[in-house]
Amino acid sequence: MTIEELEQIAKSVKQENQKYDYEVNVCMDLACASQGAGALKDALVKAAEASGKTILVRRTGCMGPCSHGPLVRIDPDDTLYHRVKAERAEAIVGSLGAAPVSELQCDLNEHFDKQVRVVLENAGYIDPEKIDDYISRDGYKGLLTVLAEMTPNGVVHRIIESGLRGRGGGGYPTGLKWSTVAKAAGDIKYVVCNGDEGDPGAFMDRSVMEGDPHRVIEGMAIAAYAVGASKGFIYVRAEYPVAVSRLTTALREARRHGLLGNNISNTPFSFDIEIRLGAGAFVCGEETALIASIEGKRGTPKPRPPYPASSGLWGKPTLINNVETYANIAPIIRNGGKWFFNMGSERSKGTKVFALTGKIANTGLVEVPMGIKLREIIEVIGGGVPDGHTFKAVQTGGPSGGCIPTEMLDVGVSYDALLKMGSIMGSGGMIVMDDTSCMVNVARFFIEFCMTESCGKCIPCRAGTAQMFTLLTRICNGAGTMDDLALLEDLCGTVKETSLCGLGQTAPNPVLSTLKYFRNEYIEHIVNKRCPAGVCNIEAAVEVVA
Amino acid sequence: MRKNGFARHALIETLHTVQSSFGYLDDDSIRFVALSLRVPLSQAYGVATFYHYFTLKPPGKHTVTVCAGTACYIKGADKLIAAAEKQLGLKQGQTTPDGQISLMTARCVGACSRAPVVLCDGEVVGEMNDEQMLEQLERWAVE
Repeated sequence: MTIEELEQIAKSVKQENQKYDYEVNVCMDLACASQGAGALKDALVKAAEASGKTILVRRTGCMGPCSHGPLVRIDPDDTLYHRVKAERAEAIVGSLGAAPVSELQCDLNEHFDKQVRVVLENAGYIDPEKIDDYISRDGYKGLLTVLAEMTPNGVVHRIIESGLRGRGGGGYPTGLKWSTVAKAAGDIKYVVCNGDEGDPGAFMDRSVMEGDPHRVIEGMAIAAYAVGASKGFIYVRAEYPVAVSRLTTALREARRHGLLGNNISNTPFSFDIEIRLGAGAFVCGEETALIASIEGKRGTPKPRPPYPASSGLWGKPTLINNVETYANIAPIIRNGGKWFFNMGSERSKGTKVFALTGKIANTGLVEVPMGIKLREIIEVIGGGVPDGHTFKAVQTGGPSGGCIPTEMLDVGVSYDALLKMGSIMGSGGMIVMDDTSCMVNVARFFIEFCMTESCGKCIPCRAGTAQMFTLLTRICNGAGTMDDLALLEDLCGTVKETSLCGLGQTAPNPVLSTLKYFRNEYIEHIVNKRCPAGVCNIEAAVEVVA
Repeated sequence: MRKNGFARHALIETLHTVQSSFGYLDDDSIRFVALSLRVPLSQAYGVATFYHYFTLKPPGKHTVTVCAGTACYIKGADKLIAAAEKQLGLKQGQTTPDGQISLMTARCVGACSRAPVVLCDGEVVGEMNDEQMLEQLERWAVE
């Protein structure tokens, strides 16, 4: 496959699409599918055939505002319909060429205007199981350009120039990681994609893998060329069966087109990818645990150094990046490092995808430039807290992150700003809580999560989280004392400083951040035996004490 | 196993295949997998018990899985679990004595925008409420 051949495919896809007067794109992502998008698509296909018009009905990945699903977008008019039931299919097809069906039209301009789509640029525009669709939107152009015109060193430099930082949570500079692996000695190197999206409340990686799998494959292939690897692994959670099947299809198609395999594009570069399934362990998102899991062992982390960049999978130098990080690579290669560098804030470049969920009007996936204010994400893009409730906090970073209160909403989103507020960027879950959520209860929920997910290798994490859970349960039940609170804070410090891996080191974050910003709620539970949000069942426990 | 060339590192893949074929991992199958892949039985058993996804007990005819991820929790998944436990008279992770229904919890299925989410025999049902779920359980109890 050469660039000319690639352009030929893109051209023929465009010609093919021009035969149709209208394109009807149906979002078939999990959220829309669970609201009947499957039946809707069948009804649309049927109605399209009956209408006699030339209409292409296409299945696409997540369009974003999942709470409005099932979503249908008509091109070239760019009309977006929401909450479409299968019985409305005929009305939609009938309206093509005339006025749109007004009662189904949705006005989410504010929601979309604030967003900048890089990772999600194809979401809602391509059929994830068709490689030609991806190629027609400049897919694999980055890879072939790299192979034809750039040296591996040049690729690494472009990534460094872009200022891209790891999207998995830690925010380690991607270019630096690549150059470390590229410089590491050894004939055999591996490239690994971390698709073990364990953070409950985040689903952007699933959406990317399901909606645009070739983007991840292209990113990995470019990375492999840059660091000198010839074998890659995508580690996916077993809880995402659709992502696994889409990736499998995508890999097969890429091989058939000669974009994976031996001597890609008639160059000495060979690269292939295997899929590895996770089996439900949060700790496997940690890179050394993930490596152990790929090797078929229990997913327990190892002390670092040695870092995987020098000794990873089977002791070989290994590059591990998150799904979203790889998804950023192809656009950076195509548009240049400068282009990416000019987006975002001072030390956090580019865009970030967030999964906006919880007590908010427009739940779903959003992609925003770094540096945007949290308030804009929640009030403008998210549409605010529904049902007349008031906003209380937003939780970012999952079980490793923290809760950010109203006062901090005007801070711009970046790795460093979130860290300063006691939270982390994490993989990008953003869970909004209103006045009906009890912060002590939420902290307890996260500690319970970390306690269950702790692999048990090091004591601070294994025993510490269990003790913290007991203390928090006591406070939630109204049986806690001020001494318990002091002990809890002390314990947080110990676990944070002495745990082996990221799981333990960040496990106290939800407790620390709620203690910092919502201390009065803890005190209310302890002193007045009252849960301000009315979540915790205190009366029962108080009676026992009395 | 053949698909992965009997590679030792494909242990997790193999266990996945066994579980999807039989519904769970019993002693015999773990032993067989360990022997065929030439990994110590202790490692195979360790892996099978370490990961939440593998189950050593046969599941019921129907499985209801309540997502206990953060977004679902905020929107009341804990109440759903409590209601189901009460209705079925068991704890999460258990199966009714007649083998009809298993009640499971999951760590996020990635459909957070539709929270709270329940998987009914693998099918995602979003924005679940108590009545809806109990109705489903009653239907399954006799099917």
